[in-house]
Amino acid sequence: MGETVINVLSWILLLTGGAFGVIGGIGLLRFPDFYTRLHAAGVTETLCAILIVLGLMLQSGFSLLTIKLLLILVFLLFTAPTATHALARAAVVDEVEPQLAEGNEDVTHPSRGEPSSNT
Amino acid sequence: MTLVLVLTTMAIFATMALALVRALRGPTIYDRIVAVNVFGTKTVLVVALITYITGHHDLIDVALVYALINFIAIVAVLKLAKMRDLAGAGAGAGDITDG
Repeated sequence: MGETVINVLSWILLLTGGAFGVIGGIGLLRFPDFYTRLHAAGVTETLCAILIVLGLMLQSGFSLLTIKLLLILVFLLFTAPTATHALARAAVVDEVEPQLAEGNEDVTHPSRGEPSSNT
Repeated sequence: MTLVLVLTTMAIFATMALALVRALRGPTIYDRIVAVNVFGTKTVLVVALITYITGHHDLIDVALVYALINFIAIVAVLKLAKMRDLAGAGAGAGDITDG
C-alpha cells in the first residue's frame, strides 16, 4: 500500500518534471528576444531539476544514491540561478537590446550599460 | 516503472534537441550560451535517469561531476566571450584582435 503510493507520487513528479523541461525548451526556441528566452530557460530549468531529482529520490529510499542525488540537487540549485544571473548581467553590460512593445519605442534606458547593483 | 523513466528521458531528450536548435540558430552569443547551459543541465538529469534505468549505481558520480563542470564551463565561456582572454582581468578587451 505505502509502496504503491510512493511509486505513484514518484511517477507524477518525474512526468511533471519532464513536461516542465519540454515547456522550457519550447519557450527557449519560440520566445522573441534574449531576455524572455533567459526567463523560459532559467525558471523551468530549476523546477525541472527539482521535480525529477525528487522523483528519483523517492525510488531508492534512504541510501547512498539518495544522498548523491541530494548533492546534485543542491549543486544545481546553487549554480543554475548563478549562471542565469551572470548571463543576464553580461547581456545588459554588453547592451543587448530587449524587444519592446509597439507603443514603447521611445522609452529611454535610464541605466543602459550600468547595472543598478554591483553584485 | 521503467516505462515512466524512459518517458521522462524522452522528454528530456526532446528538450535537449530544442536547446540545440536554439544554440545553432541563436542571433547573439548569449542565446547560444543559454542554450548550452540548458543542454548541460539536462545532461545531468539524463545521466541520473539512466542510472536508475540500467541499475548501475556508479553512474550517479558522473552526473555529480558533470553538474560541477557544467557550471565552471559556462562561467569560463562567458568570460572568454566577454573579455576575449581567460587569463587577464580584461583590461584590453576589444583591443586584442588576435592571439
